[in-house]
Amino acid sequence: MVSFILRRILVSVLILLAASFIMYMLTAYSSDPLEDLRSSNALNKDRLIQARIQTLQLDVPPPLRWFLWLGGAAKCLIPLANACDLGSTISNAQVIDILPRAMQSTIQLVTGALVLAIVLGLALGIITALRQYSGLDNVITFTSFFLFSLPSFLIAVLLKEFIAIGFNNFLEKPIIAIPLIIVIAVILGLIIQSIVGGDGRRRLIVGGATTVISAIVLYAISLSGWLLHPGLGPVVILLLSVGIAVGLTALIAGLRNRRALTTGLIVAVLALISYFSLQGLFDISSAATLVILGIATIVVGLAVGFFMGGYDRSQSMRVGVITALMSGGLVLLDRFLQSWPTYFSDVNGRPIATVGYQTPNLGGDVWVSGIDSFTHFMLPTIALLLISFASYTRYARAGMLEVMGQDYVRTARAKGLPERTVVVRHAFRNMLIPITTLVAFDVGALLGGAIITESIFGIPGMGQLFFAGLRRGDLNPVMGYFIVIAGMAILFNFLADLAYAALDPRVRVR
Amino acid sequence: MSNDNSPVIAAEATLSDSKPPESQGRLIFKRFLGNRVAVGALLLIIAIIIFAISAIGLGPIPGWWKYGYTGLNDQSNGGRPTLSVVPQWLGGTGITLGDHPWGQDRIGKDYFAMTMRGIQNSVLVMVVIGLMATAIGVTVGAIAGYYRGKTDAILMRITDIFIVIPALVIGSVVGHAVGGFGAATLAVMLGFFTWMGIARLVRGEFLSLREREFVEAARVAGASDARIIFRHILPNALGVVIVSATLIMASAILLETALSFLGFGIRPPDVSLGNLISSNQSAFQTRPWLFWWPALFIVSLALLVNFVGDGLRDAFDPRHRRFKLRRMTEERPSLAEDEQVRAGDDGDIIDAGQK
Repeated sequence: MVSFILRRILVSVLILLAASFIMYMLTAYSSDPLEDLRSSNALNKDRLIQARIQTLQLDVPPPLRWFLWLGGAAKCLIPLANACDLGSTISNAQVIDILPRAMQSTIQLVTGALVLAIVLGLALGIITALRQYSGLDNVITFTSFFLFSLPSFLIAVLLKEFIAIGFNNFLEKPIIAIPLIIVIAVILGLIIQSIVGGDGRRRLIVGGATTVISAIVLYAISLSGWLLHPGLGPVVILLLSVGIAVGLTALIAGLRNRRALTTGLIVAVLALISYFSLQGLFDISSAATLVILGIATIVVGLAVGFFMGGYDRSQSMRVGVITALMSGGLVLLDRFLQSWPTYFSDVNGRPIATVGYQTPNLGGDVWVSGIDSFTHFMLPTIALLLISFASYTRYARAGMLEVMGQDYVRTARAKGLPERTVVVRHAFRNMLIPITTLVAFDVGALLGGAIITESIFGIPGMGQLFFAGLRRGDLNPVMGYFIVIAGMAILFNFLADLAYAALDPRVRVR
Repeated sequence: MSNDNSPVIAAEATLSDSKPPESQGRLIFKRFLGNRVAVGALLLIIAIIIFAISAIGLGPIPGWWKYGYTGLNDQSNGGRPTLSVVPQWLGGTGITLGDHPWGQDRIGKDYFAMTMRGIQNSVLVMVVIGLMATAIGVTVGAIAGYYRGKTDAILMRITDIFIVIPALVIGSVVGHAVGGFGAATLAVMLGFFTWMGIARLVRGEFLSLREREFVEAARVAGASDARIIFRHILPNALGVVIVSATLIMASAILLETALSFLGFGIRPPDVSLGNLISSNQSAFQTRPWLFWWPALFIVSLALLVNFVGDGLRDAFDPRHRRFKLRRMTEERPSLAEDEQVRAGDDGDIIDAGQK
C-alpha cells in the first residue's frame, strides 16, 4: 500500500512536470507580453520594454525560462520556508500573493456546485431508475440530454438575463398571478405522484393533495407579501423538523424501527427549543460561533441516537445526526431570513446580483453578509452546477439500473427484505462505487468550466486570472493557475483510486 | 461496417433455414434504422448542413442567398428580423421573408448569412476534431492495448499528461495561438488535444479482445501484428470507436463555441456561433434576435449529434443500454467504465503505479 502510494506520487509529479512544460511552451509561444507596450506612444517606451524584459526574464528563451520558473515553483515544496516563487505578473504583482484570494472564490463556487450537483443528480438518478420509463423518467432523460447540449456560457447568459433581472423586477411587486400558481401547483403534483408511484388511485390522491396544498401555500405567500418579509417561525420549523425526522427514519431505518423514530422526533423538538434559546446568541454571532454551533449540533444528534438506539445503534445515530443537521439548518435559515429586509433595503430592492462576488461597501453582520454572498454566488453556482448535474443523473440512473439487476439484489429480495432495505442498503451503496471516479474527474472539469462562469459573472477567481493572463500574454499567472488546477485534478484522481479500492474489495492496490 | 473476413461473432444473427444469417454490420444498421429518433436526428443534421452550405456557398462558390456574411447593408427596420410566420387571417402580415429575415447586427450585416457561416464553421470544426481525435486515439489505444507492457505504460502516461490539463484550458491556449488562422487550423490543432478519451477506451477494448480465441487463431495462422490489429481486432472494437467519435463531435461543437465565446476561438471577421453570442450578449435587451438564432443552432446541432450517438450505441450494443456521454469541456474518461475494473481485475487502477 505504501509503495503504491509512493510510486503513484512519483508518477504524478512526473506527469505534472511534463504537462506544465507543454503548457508553458504553448502559452509562451502563442502570445506576446510586450504587445501593449509596442503599440503604446509613451515617451519612455523603450525603457518600459526593457524593464518588463528584465522583470519577466523575457531575454531567456522559453524552454530555459521554464527551468527558471520551475526552480521558483519547486521552492513551494519546502515546508514552512515561505520561499514560494511563482514569478510575477506583467503589472509586477507576485503571483503567489494574488493566487490565494482568487482560489478562495473559485473554491467556494466549485464546492457549492459540486456538492449540489452530486446530491441532486444522485437523487434524481435514483428516482428515475426506480421509476423507469415513467413520465418523470422520460422528462428527466430528455432534460439531461438537453443540458448536455447546452453550452455553459449560454446557460450563464440566460440565467443572468431572465432569472436575475426577471426576479428582481418581480420583487418590486411580489404578487404571483393565479394562473401561474395553478401551473406550478399542477406541475408539482405531477412530479410527486410520479415519484410516489403505485396504483392509479394512490397516485391520484397523492398528486391531487400535493397540487391543492402547494396552491394554497403559494397563494398565501403571494397574499402575505412573504417574499419581502420572509421567515419561518417556530410552528413551521417544528412541522418541517418533524417531517424531516419521519422522512429520514422511513428512508434510513424504516418506520418500524421505533427507537430511530423517537431519536428523530427528540432531535426535532430539541431544534425547536434551540430556536427559542439561541436567538439572543445569534444576534451577536460571528462565523466562528456558527461553526461551533454546527459541531454542537452534530454531537447532540449523535448523542441522542446513541442513547436511544437499541441493538442497531448506528441507524439511530445516523437518523439523529442528519435530522439534527437539517433541522438546525432550518433554524439558521430562519435567522438569515430575518435579516432579509435589512439586506433588501441595502441593495435598493434588487437582491439577485449579476456581477462580482460581494456588494461593495456593504456593512452588516454575519447574517447580512451571508445573504450577500448567497445572492452573488447563487447564479454562477447554478450555471456551473447544470454542467455536471445532467451527467450525475445519467450515471446514477444507469448505475442503479445495473445494480438492481444484480444477483445479490435478487437474493436480498428473496430472503424477504423490505424494498426499502434492498434499495438503501444493498443497491444504493454499490451504486456509489463507480460514482467516486466520476466525482474525481468532475472536479477538474468544474474548475475548467469556472473560467466561463467567472468571466460572465465577473467573479475575480482563478478562471479570471487565467483568462486575463492568457489575453495579455502574461505567462506567470497562467502557470500559477495551471499548477493549482492540474494539482487538484491529480490529487482527486488519486483519492478516487484509493476510495475505489477501499469501497470495492475486489480492486486490489499493490 | 460489415467485415465479412473478420471473425465477428454474429451471435444475434437469425439462423433460420431459409435465408443465410445476416452479418453483424447489417444487423447493427437495421437496429439503427429502427431507432426513429436517431435516424430523424441524422437526417436533420444533414439537412442543416446542406442548407447552411447552399445558402451562402462555400469559398468562391456563391450560394442562393443574396447577402454575404461580411457585406454591410443599410439598416432597415432597426435591424429587426423581417421574417414573419403569422398568417394574415390570424392578424399577422402573412408568411414573408422580407429583406433580412433574421435581422441585422449592429453594423448592418445580414444575420441569416452570418448564422449560416457560423454553422459551416461549427460543422467543419466538429468533423475535423472528430476525425483527428479518432485517428490519433485509435492509433495510440490500439498500440498500447495490443503490445501491452512497456509500450502501454509509456503511451498511457503520455495520455495522462494530456488528460491532466482541462480541455477548456488547453483549448484556450491553443485557440489563442492559432485562432486567427481560421476554423480549419483551429480544428486541426484542437484535434491534437482531444484524443485521450478515445485512446483509453480503445486500449481497454484491445486489452480484452487480444486474449480472445480468434486472435490466437490468426496468430497461429501466421498473421502479422498489423494484420491482426487492423483486420481482426479493430473491426470488433468499431462500435466503441464510432460511438465515442460521435460523442466527441458533439462536445467539439460545444468546445469550439465556448472558445469562440471567450475570444480564443474563431475570430471576427470570420463568424462562429460562439462569437456571435459573445459579441452580442450586451445587446440582449435591445436586440434579442442576435442571441437567439446562434443559440438555437448550437443547441440543436449538439443535441442532434448526441441523439445520433445514443442511437448508434443502442444499435451496437442493444443489451447494454447505457449512457456514456462525455463532453470535452468536462473531460471524464472513466476508470469506472473500464471493463477491467468492473470485472474486478486489477486493471487501470493499479498500473498507474506499477509500471
